[in-house]
Amino acid sequence: MATHIEKDDVSGTATTGHTWDGIKELNTPLPKWWLYTFYACVIWAIGYTILYPAWPLPGGATQGVLGWSSRGQLEQQMAAVAASQKETVDKIAAMSLPDIMKDPKLLAYAQAGGAAAFKVNCVQCHGAGAAGGKGYPNLNDDDWLWGGTPDAIYTTLKHGIRYTDDPETRDSQMPSFGVDGILTPEQIDQVANYVMTLSGETADAGKAEAGKQIFAENCAACHADDGKGNRDFGAPNLTDKLWLYGGTIDDVKAQLNKPSMGVMPGWTKRLDDAEIKELAIYVHSLGGGEAPATQ
Amino acid sequence: MVQIINTLDTPHEVDREEAVPVNKAENRSLYASREAIHPKAAHGRFRRFKWAVVVILLGIYYISPWLRWTRPGDAPDQAILIDMANRRFYFFFIEIWPQEFYYVAGLLIMAGVGLFLVTSLFGRAWCGYACPQTVWTDLYIWVESKIEGDRNARFKLDAAPWSVSKLSKRGLKMLVWLLIAIATGGFWVFYFADAPTLFHELITGQAPSVAYWTIAILTATTFTFAGFMREQVCTYMCPWPRIQGAMLDEESLVVTYNAWRGEPRHSGRKKAEAQGLKVGDCIDCNACVAVCPMGIDIRDGNQLECINCALCIDACDAVMDKIGKPRGLINYTTSDLYAANVAGKNEHWNWRHLIRPRTLIYFTAWVGVGLAMLFTLLHRTQLDVNVVPDRNPLFVTLSDGAIRNGYTIKILNKRQEPRTFRLSIDDLPGAMMEMVGVSGAKGTSFDIAVEPDKLKAVKIYVSTNDAKIIEHERSHFEFKVEELDPKGDVPAETATYDALFHGPDDKGEDKD
Repeated sequence: MATHIEKDDVSGTATTGHTWDGIKELNTPLPKWWLYTFYACVIWAIGYTILYPAWPLPGGATQGVLGWSSRGQLEQQMAAVAASQKETVDKIAAMSLPDIMKDPKLLAYAQAGGAAAFKVNCVQCHGAGAAGGKGYPNLNDDDWLWGGTPDAIYTTLKHGIRYTDDPETRDSQMPSFGVDGILTPEQIDQVANYVMTLSGETADAGKAEAGKQIFAENCAACHADDGKGNRDFGAPNLTDKLWLYGGTIDDVKAQLNKPSMGVMPGWTKRLDDAEIKELAIYVHSLGGGEAPATQ
Repeated sequence: MVQIINTLDTPHEVDREEAVPVNKAENRSLYASREAIHPKAAHGRFRRFKWAVVVILLGIYYISPWLRWTRPGDAPDQAILIDMANRRFYFFFIEIWPQEFYYVAGLLIMAGVGLFLVTSLFGRAWCGYACPQTVWTDLYIWVESKIEGDRNARFKLDAAPWSVSKLSKRGLKMLVWLLIAIATGGFWVFYFADAPTLFHELITGQAPSVAYWTIAILTATTFTFAGFMREQVCTYMCPWPRIQGAMLDEESLVVTYNAWRGEPRHSGRKKAEAQGLKVGDCIDCNACVAVCPMGIDIRDGNQLECINCALCIDACDAVMDKIGKPRGLINYTTSDLYAANVAGKNEHWNWRHLIRPRTLIYFTAWVGVGLAMLFTLLHRTQLDVNVVPDRNPLFVTLSDGAIRNGYTIKILNKRQEPRTFRLSIDDLPGAMMEMVGVSGAKGTSFDIAVEPDKLKAVKIYVSTNDAKIIEHERSHFEFKVEELDPKGDVPAETATYDALFHGPDDKGEDKD
């Protein structure tokens, strides 16, 4: 590359002497204010690194004279939000669930707060849409094992189900009819066929007839004579179309042989009372909630 | 950077290197200071036109936020208002919601295409007349000339040592500039809040800090850009000159020095004529240079720095009048006409040059976008319905075997008065609705009251036990929203929304 400085005819400016494929570069001086702008930026940058956390050093970055940190800023913002919500949260903590739900503003706040708490604490088992899965109840439907009023949901959330850390927890046991030899495999087959008829499913009529008596002797104590269950024991309604552990006859037999029973923790250790109330209201609003008992 | 000449060809014993010092003293200046440009006041038709444009544009800028427009209800009474807090844009009889921002997009497209059109017709008319940088610079130079005098007086003052007189002139000039700058920034914020209220708050120190910051920043930029940066903004900071340069063509009107008529130039014209030399019309009086706010010589030809403000045309026309030559040595002409005249043809511009495929296409596109916007604006409804279906879960099976879907229904009442709408369902057999948060609200239709100028969102559960619907993975149906008891003589508005009802898609699961 030849260095040949010449004067450009058109502009009267000298070239830098560099040529690329016949293209020459004019050596136009930069405006001085560009240079000063650059210096100003350098000074700004130095000031910035002194005032704010900047230089990475062994043992941590420099802290900056202002003592600012993104974590500290977040804490401030969270504290400000908590302070702004305090009045509402205090009201929720003090009021009964039916009263909260009568106030549209408190209801909206509780639903939103409950939705947030649900996403952190509940989705692991019940799913992001609260639709549950096999063994984990769907909270959107109208089928409740331990009750679907706001207060019943609140109690379940607070003390849990079969949660050994809480003496007030809701507890019940379904006997292992097969494994413990209470019923013979033939009897289990018969009673399972009978259970299928309760929800209008097709079943072997002969076996079902025989199973009716077995049901009355072994199952009706908890599931009631008509099979509609009993919420005091968390005994499921066997006449509806919803099955927590599957609705085929094999699924029913498996439950009779060696039942699966869900465990839900009580939440008092992780959530305060207002948060549990918000969760109860949120779950209640998912579509299957039952009206509060009228007093 | 060094080239060694083949030594075999040279008789010298020492290799000769054809090396040039890059940093030779005369080439060493890497940075250049800005040299003051003090344009001489021009007089003539383009200067008068420019003043008119300045007055109109500044008038629009300063008066618009104070125009009132009475609106019903709680709506603000400011004709032009960008209400960020409530997410509304008001323009006289038009009120725009955020989701209608495409109107603003349409306006921007029109501004863009309009700029293409104007540039292909009249060159850099935007730069020369309408750009805020040009308008405020004009205003600042006018203030400067009133206080410090015209071009020569200003140069003299620059060179003069500091004295009471210089200090007071400079001080007064800066003060007036600063007041204009404050007014510029100050009026900007009035577009974003109720102007009289905000004005009172600003004066009493009660306005939000963002207002003061905005004013401070715009005051600083106006003061520096119009007072000290001026042509530097156009030449070094602004992308428009490059973009506009690319949009010019051979038939765009550009401020041009007609060298075919002016050259060869002679300052001593009569003497040159007497000597029998060829004499052009240019008498090299430099009047065109003296009035140029960009500090260039138009006689060097079309150049990037030229903003086409046409002040040199005014200056030159005055000189031509004086020496008894026809006007138009410098004029608006096209590069095609210039070339034709250079070739000896006597061609002049006429209006037919405006009509060419390029300008017609730009014009059609511009009008098309405008008409499309006007059409949608006139057919705009004052009721909007949006339906957001629950996606997780898609459906819920109930204990009696029925299927339930959830929807959030948003009803937008764009009128400034409360309205009631009846929500119902079409084409979904056995459908039953339930409104969340309202105990006992079950039925086949709901009456929903919506506040003026507000959006009302309701969560609705739709369930059906219809065997055919349950069998289908997806069923189409419609939400229908009808206005009840419209006020006055306006007809009731109705809106429908196509929705999907999801059922179980696992009918084959047991069989598989």
